[in-house]
Amino acid sequence: MKTNLLEICYLIGSVTFILGLKMMGNAKTARKGNLIGAAGMIIAILGTIVLFQKKEDGIVDINYQVPALIYGLIAGAILLGTIIGWMTAKKVQMTKMPELVSMFNGMGGACAALIGLMEFHNNIGHTGASIAIVLSVIIGSISFSGSVIAFLKLNGTMGQPIRLPAYNILNTLVMISVFAFGGYIVYNHLDSNMILYALFGAAIIYGVLFTIPIGGADMPVVISLLNSFTGLAAAFGGFLYDNKVMLTGGILVGSAGTLLTLIMCKAMNRPLSNVIFGAFGGGASTAGPGSDAKGSIKDIGVADLAVLLNYSKKVVIVPGYGLAVAQAQHVIHELELLLEERGVEVKYAIHPVAGRMPGHMNVLLAESNVAYEKLVEMDDINPEFEQTDVVLVVGANDVVNPAAKTDPSSPIYGMPILEVNKAKNIIINKRSMSAGYAGIDNLLFYDPKASMFFGDAKKALTDLVAELKTM
Amino acid sequence: MEIIRHIFSFFGHHREMFYFIVLSVFVGIEVIGGVPTVLHTPLMSGANAIHGVVIVGAIYVMLNVNPDNTLALILGFLAVLLGTLNVVGGFVVTDRMLEMFKKK
Repeated sequence: MKTNLLEICYLIGSVTFILGLKMMGNAKTARKGNLIGAAGMIIAILGTIVLFQKKEDGIVDINYQVPALIYGLIAGAILLGTIIGWMTAKKVQMTKMPELVSMFNGMGGACAALIGLMEFHNNIGHTGASIAIVLSVIIGSISFSGSVIAFLKLNGTMGQPIRLPAYNILNTLVMISVFAFGGYIVYNHLDSNMILYALFGAAIIYGVLFTIPIGGADMPVVISLLNSFTGLAAAFGGFLYDNKVMLTGGILVGSAGTLLTLIMCKAMNRPLSNVIFGAFGGGASTAGPGSDAKGSIKDIGVADLAVLLNYSKKVVIVPGYGLAVAQAQHVIHELELLLEERGVEVKYAIHPVAGRMPGHMNVLLAESNVAYEKLVEMDDINPEFEQTDVVLVVGANDVVNPAAKTDPSSPIYGMPILEVNKAKNIIINKRSMSAGYAGIDNLLFYDPKASMFFGDAKKALTDLVAELKTM
Repeated sequence: MEIIRHIFSFFGHHREMFYFIVLSVFVGIEVIGGVPTVLHTPLMSGANAIHGVVIVGAIYVMLNVNPDNTLALILGFLAVLLGTLNVVGGFVVTDRMLEMFKKK
């Protein structure tokens, strides 16, 4: 009876996960979808606790009572986790979202690895179960340490990518050894906790090695990949217990996450292998061919820019991560409203990888109440640039770099870009002349139609709004 | 040879589960297909919350732990705690992101 009821709980959980993910694919139903998934999760968790029955060799032991201590520990852990998780998620700034997703992902990976560590001893001699356990330890640990490194990188704690000598060969060797070590443990039915902890440690080290050489613009792809790894680790747990809700949840995220990773790579026009093994974001690429033919840079003052915008018909704003860092999403909305009031048509051009994750920029702008319809995706806005009087690039760099089209030696060559150089005037707001997220120079700044509008995005735009109001 | 026999018999015993896995993979791909770029970040975050279902495994292990095994109690406590962080944090942060997409 209890067992069947639990299976029904798990079925409900699985259905809500599928339904929830599907609904999250549409802006109108997305929020409800997320809540449905959460409801299913609560049912699955409560069911597991309330309907638990101890099994000895597959036979239910009706008389077994779970000690109160264990119930207390579980309740304590859930309570503590809920408070910390809730507070962190509520307090975090929208700009710090990618870091947070990475951190929560790492927690899930660590959870899967711990389950493996605890279950190992109970399953010696069962080859299938041992394989699932060893894989869940390896993949969970990689996901955990990789996510922590990704968190530190996005956080700014770890700046430049770290490349050990011949890191590609080294990493591949370490990866093969970790899996070979796992295979050795299973094959020989080794029953030693020390050996399993050694495997755990080795996988943690591999997760670090895997993530440290990857830098700059590729971090979102890595997070998405690690996200699908954790899904996989959860699925191995489901395999171990023949637990359907863990299987559906884990595999769903594993396959959906892998697809999402590939979609992101496609948006940057780089194969996944290039992200993992290729050098990107290093310093060597700054002096590509054509850098000698740069020409000079013009700059524009706030008064001139206000006049220019005031008498334009159509303005397209290209927001980038710099806008988010400066917390300028509210003032840019104010600028938009002010210009619209004066009869200027204003749109936002959103590159698929603007910000630090695909869609990150949309979230930030939506936070400051910019209308959903004003955010235009790259393929739709590119043909419009020719009729645009002013393009205002705020804190974006690589996504408007013409080198992606013209310079085959550039690391971003082939990435689709916003073709802002077709507009009549290009205004670029930047704090300084430093290179962008990907660490490469931008030829757009030397375009004869381009002018630099230097300053911190928030301050510069606030000045601009004030200037416009006087006109 | 014995290990291969083990794996084969394992496959035989868990035939349904392998079907289940293959079908789930396709569902995952199908569900994500055609999602607008705008929603990629919330979707990644939502998927992140869903793999927090690993907490179910953590609770299950914990319920089976012998209360005299202190190390296992500590590890289990940690596993449930981390899993909860993943689930609660994941869903709440996704909700915060999606709250902003509501129609005005």
